[in-house]
Amino acid sequence: MKTVHIEYFAVLRECAGSDREAVSTAAETPQQLFAELAERYEFPTLQSVKVAINEEFSDMQASLSDGDTVVFIPPVAGG
Amino acid sequence: MNVLEFDIQDCDLQPDLWRRELMDPACGGYASFEGWVRDNNEGQQVLRLEYQAYAALALKEGQRILEEARQKFPISHAKCVHRVGALDISGMAVWVGVSGGHRDECFRACRYIIDEVKHRVPVWKKEHYVSGDSGWVNCEACAAGH
Repeated sequence: MKTVHIEYFAVLRECAGSDREAVSTAAETPQQLFAELAERYEFPTLQSVKVAINEEFSDMQASLSDGDTVVFIPPVAGG
Repeated sequence: MNVLEFDIQDCDLQPDLWRRELMDPACGGYASFEGWVRDNNEGQQVLRLEYQAYAALALKEGQRILEEARQKFPISHAKCVHRVGALDISGMAVWVGVSGGHRDECFRACRYIIDEVKHRVPVWKKEHYVSGDSGWVNCEACAAGH
């Protein structure tokens, strides 16, 4: 098990009911972690989800390490 | 010193001030874009908006976009500021300004910056409708019921 720090934004923040939390998880990739959280918090089905690890864009298949800060990015809508 | 600056702020944008920052005796052209809050979207009457940003990454990605714009087009200065927080109808959500030797590169760089910002910078918009509903844009299906 590893501990990762998650920050939530937009619709995911509303679903999770908080803007950040530390999660103990066996997930090896952001994809697995997202599936775990989606089930726990009933995330909506999104057209796409990107991920940032430690404040840089990463890949949903990347390897998660203990202590990583993970942010899932639902479709953006700036401007 | 060339201005190349992306920022996020939670108070009213100040385009008149920033326009002056881009003035340069070597520049003969200036182009800007303002994004305003519209009172309708996809058939819904919008009352107000709320923007949220993942600031740490938004600042990095915004800065990368400005750097790309300067590599692609021979401009001198570029600045872009995105608003976060609550905005009323006609409020300014985003501002882009570009100055350079001639108009063509200014128009093109300005267009490039706003297009890339909308697609890449982690900023989200929640619309509050006259009907009382609300929803995160591009995640409508999910926002229902929350």
